Amino acid sequence: MEKVDENKEGIKGMVNPRRYGIERVAYLLMRLSGLGLLAYFVAHIYETSNILRGRVGWEEVISITQTTEGHVILAIVIGMCVFHTANGIRVMLGESGIGVGKPIRPDYPYPSPSQNARHKIAIYSSIILAALAMMYGLAVMFGE
Amino acid sequence: MATILSTPKEKTTSVISPSKKVTLRVAKYNPKTDPKKKWVNYQIPYEKWTTVLDVLLEAKNHLDHSIGIRYSCRQASCGSCGMIINGKPRLACFTKITELDTTMVTVEPMKNFPIIRDLVVGFDRLFKTHKRIKPYIISEDSEITTKTTELLQTPKEVNNYIQFANCIKCGLCNSACPTMATDSLFIGPQALAQAYRYVADTRDKGKDDRLKIIDESHGIWRCHFAGSCSQVCPKGVDPAMGIQLLRGYLLGFRS
Repeated sequence: MEKVDENKEGIKGMVNPRRYGIERVAYLLMRLSGLGLLAYFVAHIYETSNILRGRVGWEEVISITQTTEGHVILAIVIGMCVFHTANGIRVMLGESGIGVGKPIRPDYPYPSPSQNARHKIAIYSSIILAALAMMYGLAVMFGE
Repeated sequence: MATILSTPKEKTTSVISPSKKVTLRVAKYNPKTDPKKKWVNYQIPYEKWTTVLDVLLEAKNHLDHSIGIRYSCRQASCGSCGMIINGKPRLACFTKITELDTTMVTVEPMKNFPIIRDLVVGFDRLFKTHKRIKPYIISEDSEITTKTTELLQTPKEVNNYIQFANCIKCGLCNSACPTMATDSLFIGPQALAQAYRYVADTRDKGKDDRLKIIDESHGIWRCHFAGSCSQVCPKGVDPAMGIQLLRGYLLGFRS
């Protein structure tokens, strides 16, 4: 069968958050934080598996997280974790049909009930919560 | 008088005398003959009621007859003139120059659709996915087989789906969808919203059939509720809501 060029936007279009409001920003952050947490999960398994090398091996790998770079990475992980959890709850409720509004007879200028203020508040709250958690994490780690 | 900035040979003889002009930037590309897309600029006069379709037709009629564009009703009913206007999918007939608040209007063919020529894209896939979800009432009852002359519905029952019956198949939702941008097999927000339209109709008995069609790897689960489809819909269909409500049936929250 002849391959048709569908003029797809591709990854570049998918990750472009500028055109469709805060919902698309949340979509991008959700994907990035998901991938980031997956990478952290793999790294975490590697890190904890070093206990098999005994006390020296364990302390060697733990010392990596005690550097400035290690603290910054852990703060980013905290931010990703909080955002992914909070926004994930919003998305799960929405995807179950909760909080997306009820079908109505649309009138001009046709606002979208699913893109309602509650969702926008939830997205902004998730971002603010993630930022606060990161700041708290940085304060604890660098405050030692 | 409308003037041209580059390429086309035709010259206008019509005189329009508004004071304001907009630069119309059109993506021209014929996949059969051109190696790549090229941009052509036209200077077009406009009034406060002028739409993007009006300026495109002005350019086509007086400056460059070769601009490929599909349009019909000029009133957001036929869904023919969907295109990317200043980076967002919109209907050209439903977008006024003044609302764009710029002196440069860039028009491109819709993304996630194969380009036929210039601003005209192929709708084969959209119509195919639309047909796939069985966009009609499935019922053994009819005016012929039952004593009832009409299949009555209460206003509340009608309100459950009437919003989704407004779909004009313009394809803007499919063009804005981030999943459509990468997944060639995704059924798309247009078809999924139409699946909900019929599932929510009390006259319809084809719910199980349709849920089976959309419950697959490139079906409803590929939607991640980015909501871009609803933001660009020119008829207030809100496909994102339809998809999430439809998912409620599959997850057992609705029956």
